[in-house]
Amino acid sequence: MAGKTLYDKIWDAHVVDETSDGSTLIFIDLHLTHEVTSPQAFEGLRVAGRKVRRPDLTLAVADHSIPTTDRHAPVEDEQAALQLDTLAKNVEEFGIEYYDGLDIRQGIVHVVGPDQGLTQPGMTIVCGDSHTATHGAFGALAHGIGTSEVEHVLATQTLIQKKSKNMKVDVSGALGPGITGKDVALAVIGKIGTAGGTGYVIEYTGDAIRSLSMEGRMSLCNMTIEAGARAGLIAPDQTTFDYIQGKPQAPKGAAWEAAVAQWKMYETDEDAVFDKVVELDAAEITPLLTWGTSPEDVVSIDGEVPFPKDARDEHKAAAIERSLDYMGLESGTKMKDIKIDVAFIGSCTNSRIEDLRAAAYIAKGRQVADHVTALVVPGSGLVKEQAEAEGLDKIFTDAGFEWREAGCSMCLAMNPDKLLPGQRCASTSNRNFEGRQGKGGRTHLMSPSMAAAAAIAGHFIDFRDLQ
Amino acid sequence: MEKFTTLTGVAAPLPLVNVDTDMIVPGPFLKTIERTGLGKIIFYNMRFNEDGSEKPDFVLNQDAYRNAQLLITGDNFGCGSSREHAPWGLADFGIRCIIGPAFADIFFNNCFKNSILPIVLPQETVDQLAGDAEQGANATLTVDLEAQTITRPNGDVINFDVDEFRKYCLLNGLDDIGLTLQKDEKIAAYEKTRAAERSWLPTTS
Repeated sequence: MAGKTLYDKIWDAHVVDETSDGSTLIFIDLHLTHEVTSPQAFEGLRVAGRKVRRPDLTLAVADHSIPTTDRHAPVEDEQAALQLDTLAKNVEEFGIEYYDGLDIRQGIVHVVGPDQGLTQPGMTIVCGDSHTATHGAFGALAHGIGTSEVEHVLATQTLIQKKSKNMKVDVSGALGPGITGKDVALAVIGKIGTAGGTGYVIEYTGDAIRSLSMEGRMSLCNMTIEAGARAGLIAPDQTTFDYIQGKPQAPKGAAWEAAVAQWKMYETDEDAVFDKVVELDAAEITPLLTWGTSPEDVVSIDGEVPFPKDARDEHKAAAIERSLDYMGLESGTKMKDIKIDVAFIGSCTNSRIEDLRAAAYIAKGRQVADHVTALVVPGSGLVKEQAEAEGLDKIFTDAGFEWREAGCSMCLAMNPDKLLPGQRCASTSNRNFEGRQGKGGRTHLMSPSMAAAAAIAGHFIDFRDLQ
Repeated sequence: MEKFTTLTGVAAPLPLVNVDTDMIVPGPFLKTIERTGLGKIIFYNMRFNEDGSEKPDFVLNQDAYRNAQLLITGDNFGCGSSREHAPWGLADFGIRCIIGPAFADIFFNNCFKNSILPIVLPQETVDQLAGDAEQGANATLTVDLEAQTITRPNGDVINFDVDEFRKYCLLNGLDDIGLTLQKDEKIAAYEKTRAAERSWLPTTS
């Protein structure tokens, strides 16, 4: 019998019940919730007279619609205020731990879990948010669910699942200086497409993956959903253990030793067989960014806007035409010649301390271009606190960046941080969909170094040319 | 949940690839705390001008498709965000069945929870059905979930696959939370073993 993959091992350890048609009841170790996808689920529980089975495995955080400006000021948007108020009432009624906007632990839910040491190898983690894939960086099986499934998990602490297929994405060799997990993510999506991972759980392997920090691994796993996969995984190693150790909810003392011993078993067996294998050469990965309205519209900073005639088929050619029109771009334009209006450094993809350090390294002693509005939104109150202790906030504000409170912010235009129609944004977020950052807004995805460099130059630029 | 057995209705063609859930329900509309009422804003930015007037070119603004109950879509429909607001909005508009060459995983799951049947068929077959849909209100499709068939306006019958458990839930309008709660003893047994074997696992409070 062939060995097991990391995914197989986590799956097997969480089976509560299996039926003959392959539907499996999986136990959920951690359920993260936020204000946007939970109100209808709590209402469902109330209507049916059900309780939350395991409030001790459930955490609520306000992140999506909460403003990133003064937290003591009232929330002006009435709907957002109602949504935040509803979450506060629900956590009270159902007895769930909640980090509100005034709590230093508050932040983007996928930054908060790792911050608190709640995200650990071998766990199953779900949240009503597709970027739950982030937690796969720790070797945890983590994925987004809809609100009906949020209700199911609240009521039963389980999910009904069908097992996905196994895909391995191997990135061999060494990444160039300053090439990040974000660039690897864009390289993977550019190669396999936004539906390339549909039906699979992806495990990332190879020297380049091992060399990534936890922040880089989180950026990569975060965007696995942009490749269509259910989840992304990276087997835990010393980098993982070092990151977790000392966090508030990390095991301590003898429990730590026992946990690490078991975590080390969460790796793919040598004789395991993957249903699909994709290989990339790290040395070929340059600073990448997107030109269009799908995360698969990836191009090197040295590249240019593509032509519809070069598309793989007529449907994609039509999509390119539509994207060119929406993005206000002409085929053949060099990426470095495209000017920006806004730079956004933040989101669950790139708002952790290492991301902010990389952006600050570029910003230090420089000035944001006159025509550019630039903002930095830390992923959590704790990340903000650490950045301020390191003086990063001062570097950013001296350079002309705004320094905000933690939240999802301009990633998805649910709070006041949004693009105006026609504005072009260098963004460290994860989706360049039409209207994602505001109706008519034009999003280009890239790493923090690249977004900071674009803010300074006023147009896209290879950040290495600024150094 | 409403049962899904058979459906005869007008199909609207929407042959774009990578239609994402931000397109279906843009972010600013996620601030609702209700499941209902989103039908009037689905595809908002594609469907309405700045001043709130309709864009006449958009398929659902055309008279033949105002009461469409099926959508014929392009590859990777429903990609992106997990927001169940997308299927809530589609269902609220009246869409009960979506046919395309492939769907994004989370959206696909979410549909079944809202009595919407997503059907995956080869691109050539989807193209044929899109051709039928182009004929407008005079050409209806009939979907029979029990028989797993789609009947075209010309009488041709197309078979489709559907997951057995999901079919059962749709046909009977079953709430799967109720089904899972019947397995309470198994969940409790799992919890007991879990606590004994992995006592270091974190809690939130």
